[in-house]
Amino acid sequence: MARAVTTNRKLVFTVIGWAVGLLIFFPILWTFLTSFKSEGEAIASPPSFLFFNWTLENYAEVQNRSDYFKHVMNSVIISFGSTFIGLLIAVPAAWAMAFSPTKRTKDILMWMLSTKMLPPVGVLVPIYLLYRDTGLLDTRLGLVIVMTMINLPIIVWMLFTYFKDIPSDILEAARMDGASLRKEILYVLVPMAVPGIASTLLLNVILAWNEAFWTLNLTAADAAPLTAFIASYSSPEGLFWAKLSAASTLAIAPILVLGWFSQKQLVRGLTFGAVK
Amino acid sequence: MGSFSLEHVTKDFGGLTVIPDLNLEITDGEFVVFVGPSGCGKSTLLRLIAGLEDVSSGTISIDGVDVTAEPPAKRGLSMVFQSYALYPHMSVYGNIAFPLKMAGEDRETIKRKVGDAARVLNLTDYLDRKPRQLSGGQRQRVAIGRAIVREPKAFLFDEPLSNLDAALRVNMRLEISELHHQLGTTMIYVTHDQVEAMTMADRIVVLNGGRIEQVGTPLELYRTPSNLFVAGFIGSPRMNLINGAAATEHDAATIGIRPEHIALSPDSGTWKGTVGIAEHLGSDTFLHIRADGVGQITARANGEIVLKHGDTIYLTPEADKIHRFSAEGKAL
Repeated sequence: MARAVTTNRKLVFTVIGWAVGLLIFFPILWTFLTSFKSEGEAIASPPSFLFFNWTLENYAEVQNRSDYFKHVMNSVIISFGSTFIGLLIAVPAAWAMAFSPTKRTKDILMWMLSTKMLPPVGVLVPIYLLYRDTGLLDTRLGLVIVMTMINLPIIVWMLFTYFKDIPSDILEAARMDGASLRKEILYVLVPMAVPGIASTLLLNVILAWNEAFWTLNLTAADAAPLTAFIASYSSPEGLFWAKLSAASTLAIAPILVLGWFSQKQLVRGLTFGAVK
Repeated sequence: MGSFSLEHVTKDFGGLTVIPDLNLEITDGEFVVFVGPSGCGKSTLLRLIAGLEDVSSGTISIDGVDVTAEPPAKRGLSMVFQSYALYPHMSVYGNIAFPLKMAGEDRETIKRKVGDAARVLNLTDYLDRKPRQLSGGQRQRVAIGRAIVREPKAFLFDEPLSNLDAALRVNMRLEISELHHQLGTTMIYVTHDQVEAMTMADRIVVLNGGRIEQVGTPLELYRTPSNLFVAGFIGSPRMNLINGAAATEHDAATIGIRPEHIALSPDSGTWKGTVGIAEHLGSDTFLHIRADGVGQITARANGEIVLKHGDTIYLTPEADKIHRFSAEGKAL
């Protein structure tokens, strides 16, 4: 009897799981399918799901109209660059907070997180003017700096929680063994926190890759990443759904592949230390 | 060389004073054990010597050099932790080699020294393994290996045997004592287990509430405890501490008598008692006796004795083995 209940329950949860999964995935699937339709079929009502004239025309058109690979390069440089710089700053910061906390450590962490609650548009004008005057507008460096600042609180928080799970005895052993602070972090802390650091890296690359507010407002042509590339297809000339979908598919494809291959690492890192 | 001098060392955590004011001298080559109940400050004291905690005031000198402000890496000491604190991502070889690598030794020297340490500690076959693939005793040996390759001025042990089972603990106790004889290096060892302290130490430092209650050889502490705390803490089973009329007879507030210094007789003696529980250990029998007008007494008898719950027995303490204490708890 007990077994039957368990099996039924399992079935229900499996069905719910798949339903939620499909619901979340549906917009991506729809975008993908639309990218192979003609503009007419893309806005047809009722829409056709699979039975339409499949075409690669939109991809060719998108490639002709804009330099896809330049945008990819910008996205790669901005997302990976900001994440690496963020990690370089956050590892020592999280080390200090996890292993030499002061009375104010909790407050500092909360304060860092509170900056994420500020609507970005609130600081857009000052940052825009600052960038204009320092020549950082529409430069990759400018975007890397702003992305680093935006994601730093999340990186510090994530690393802090991973580091908290590392026994301080081991770091003290390294200190007794003659390791300087730099060597202690480099040879002992970082290798032990690899799953946590890897998932932090992946999550922040994804966040930076998908970020649209700052990339749209601070870039024009030179440093425009894929988000700006997509936006360029919703133009005053009118909406071209099929082309917009093709551009979107091209833009999300790299990060989707990265996410797919690293999902195990990502899940392991996000649940790191949850069960001891 | 590895002599230590602690002068007026204090340690506060926030507003809480863990070590009020402490002076201690440790000579080169000594095996010193810090012992005391949990929370007495023994581990804190070890961490102050190691440099893992900063003193609030006072000075710590090693071989006459003031190291109070030096970081752990500069003090030339090695430490073995209760949790072993091995680097889980490194092999046994990597773990033992780590301090040598940090000291900038060349590859050949590292290989030779790690090989030597592994031979001494019977770890040669395990050099490629990761710590998680080792038993508790092997992990502890790796931790010791990592400590000895540095050829430190002194070894610091922080309750290193607490995580081992009883049989292994006895073995490792002997191995550490043996190592001390081989190397002749100063060892400072923290434990809450007075049996470990008694069996291993050249000198024992008994701590209570951050204060040193008494310093001496194991037998000095056993035979002439300077106060009630030491009398009750050193020795297993504990010394019998008796107040009231029986103590007043000896002009003391409290008298102490060890279980083995009580003669038992079935028909006559100083105190009459009733046997409660008899613990048969084979070689000895510990009798828990309720003595009339005195209270609960533990007496040690030989293993052959046959007594059961409720039997009447007479107890006579050996007169020259009675310890007398004042109302303040000081030995008289």
